[in-house]
Amino acid sequence: MKYIDEFRSRALTSRLISRIRSVADEGREYRYMEVCGTHTMAIFKYGLRELLPRNIRLISGPGCPVCVTPLEYLDRAIAIAGLPKVIITTFGDMLRVPGSSSTLENERAGGKHIKVVYSTDDALDIANRNTDKEVVFLGVGFETTVPTVAASIMSAAKQGIHNYSVLCAHKTMPEALGVIMAHRDARIDGFLLPGHVSAITGMKPYGFLAKRYGAGCVAAGFEPVDMLQAILMLMEQKRPIVEVQYKRIVDPLGNRLARKAIEKVFEKSSSEWRGIGKLKNSGLRIRKEFSRFDASLKFRVKTVRPREDKSCICGAVLKGIKTPVDCKLFGKKCTPADPVGSCMVSSEGTCAAYYKYGRR
Amino acid sequence: MDRITLGHGSGGRQMHKLIDSLFLKAFSNPILNQKRDSAVLNIGNKKIAFTTDSYVVDPIFFPGGDIGSLAIYGTVNDLSVCGARALYISVGAVIEEGLDGSVLERIVRSMAEAAKKAGVRIVTGDTKVVEKGSCDRIFINTSGIGEVYYEGLSTDKIAPGDSVIVSGPVGDHAISVLSKREGIEFGTIVRSDSAPLDKLIWKVLRSSKKVRFMRDPTRGGLATTLNEIALGAKSGIAIEERDVPVRPPVRQACELLGLDPLYLACEGRVIIIAAKEDGPRILKTLGADKAGRGAKIIGSVTGDRSARVYLNTIAGGKRIIDMLSGEQLPRIC
Amino acid sequence: MCLAIPMKVVKIDGDQGMVAAGGLTRKANFILMKDIKPGDYVLLHAGFAIAKVKPEEARQTIKLIREL
Repeated sequence: MKYIDEFRSRALTSRLISRIRSVADEGREYRYMEVCGTHTMAIFKYGLRELLPRNIRLISGPGCPVCVTPLEYLDRAIAIAGLPKVIITTFGDMLRVPGSSSTLENERAGGKHIKVVYSTDDALDIANRNTDKEVVFLGVGFETTVPTVAASIMSAAKQGIHNYSVLCAHKTMPEALGVIMAHRDARIDGFLLPGHVSAITGMKPYGFLAKRYGAGCVAAGFEPVDMLQAILMLMEQKRPIVEVQYKRIVDPLGNRLARKAIEKVFEKSSSEWRGIGKLKNSGLRIRKEFSRFDASLKFRVKTVRPREDKSCICGAVLKGIKTPVDCKLFGKKCTPADPVGSCMVSSEGTCAAYYKYGRR
Repeated sequence: MDRITLGHGSGGRQMHKLIDSLFLKAFSNPILNQKRDSAVLNIGNKKIAFTTDSYVVDPIFFPGGDIGSLAIYGTVNDLSVCGARALYISVGAVIEEGLDGSVLERIVRSMAEAAKKAGVRIVTGDTKVVEKGSCDRIFINTSGIGEVYYEGLSTDKIAPGDSVIVSGPVGDHAISVLSKREGIEFGTIVRSDSAPLDKLIWKVLRSSKKVRFMRDPTRGGLATTLNEIALGAKSGIAIEERDVPVRPPVRQACELLGLDPLYLACEGRVIIIAAKEDGPRILKTLGADKAGRGAKIIGSVTGDRSARVYLNTIAGGKRIIDMLSGEQLPRIC
Repeated sequence: MCLAIPMKVVKIDGDQGMVAAGGLTRKANFILMKDIKPGDYVLLHAGFAIAKVKPEEARQTIKLIREL
């Protein structure tokens, strides 16, 4: 597989590991936060932690969009699914996320029309083929995914599609990272920034992490060679700067066309991050001009005030302050088959990754 | 008990839990409790293998097979991996009202052909028709009876140092079925690996007296099946990621869809645990047969008491592979 | 969720097209990209091309690591 296999080469990863070992100062700890759920999984998948010297700590951050989606959103989606003639379309990740009392998977088992799609284009297809039904797309994800959702709304507007709408829970990355650094218990030396989000946003939004908080940043790809090279770059930075490891994909200026699509359809808003709280300018909502595609306005549903399990420490885990093994419920009451908190539910959640890859 | 979800049928943890806590508990007896692919029964002075399987694959026609041929080969293979010569099959069909007659004809003809190819006779059957919406076009159950010719296959026989062999590339079946659903086209079509393994297994068992255990990695894939074997053997198993055969289009599809080939179902592959010294001979036997092309030794039994499966990754790291949890793909078998 | 893989552009007609890799082909939406032609490699995410792969950078990255 071109541009994938070469970046999994054992010859290259061994070189990087040797170099990392020789550069590492044994007297200190290097604490790097990897923000993207895909990075969390990749680190486990390739067994990178075991390869790195013990004084390099990789801490998982809140870059799992499913994990940080509030309970209330799930409850709302489930309620809308219960309305007559509604088809819910969603990325697979949302299917087993528990709301207050059920999951989309459970609801589907109970007969509701819930369809997993790979692309918003598929959701639009379904809308076109079922003009007597209302198709609602669950808009969850960061800046990698947002442009594709924006494109679907623009396309629906252009084609005059009336039965398509988006229930928006999109979030943006940079603000949350600032919140993590501002926390009094934060001990982060640098960030492995999400390579695909960076391909859209460009590197400018992360400048403040280096300037204000002294955290070096490297936009990293997702293959083992990428992640190891990014770690090496962080270690070799003479002062905190923002740079790109994933040069074959990330343009420091990002993807302007994609950002224009986002700006056309969405505007910044404050957003509720499960486990962290409400953050200003960290989310997106559909602009007034496209309000006919806003499912939260189209469908009036009642939801119960959600209750979280008090023993669940997902919040601390998402902020990188605690790890899953610190949690009383981990592996006991909270497992991938029976998740309590969001970190376990998403296939990319920190707890799910720890559990799946055997860290008990 | 909560609602039954698709996860309960996916072959992974949830399904095992359901089987153990409900079915096994209610039906408990020493034969059932062994949880073999086929039950081995002593009838008179013969050892008879008996198995059953239901087929609900969607779509019913896919590259490389259909629900009919799958139903025959799947049951033949469940008998073969227990060291039995498959002899007789029963067929139970539940048909949805409104199914096109020509579709049914095509499936039935395919089953007849498959039975002939696998050298088995369909000796009894049943047909039911249900109202539209009560089942998805057609569901088929096949049960099979065979005569055991190689005794003693058991996870109890597995010993430290034994080789873990897979008879060919994994994931072909799952991807061939999925491709139609996910709208991915294959420039070179990925065909299901669905095939009868009776002759291949017979050759392997003739070439070695030290085969300990065999199982075909269907639902839940290689990873789940290795976990089952590790649990049965009460030993760890270590495999090399770079030695697990996966065909390039299958690999690509997995990257595209975020799937892990280790968890994808096969319908024409067998995992063989055998003494290390017989590994090369078994490999040669497999490779000489069309059904065994691409066979590889992928790892070994560690002998530690962890009952876990370890993967040495291509990047040089190591991780634990768990059983499938929840649903990766619906209705692929 | 950030799942995206590099695929080769085989056909492009306005915003729609086809990409291929490893014998696998799929339709792709190019509305978020400009100046793409057949033969280019793009990153495909959720059915959309979101970035162009720069072959020279890929080569340089590997070269750099080899020389460590």
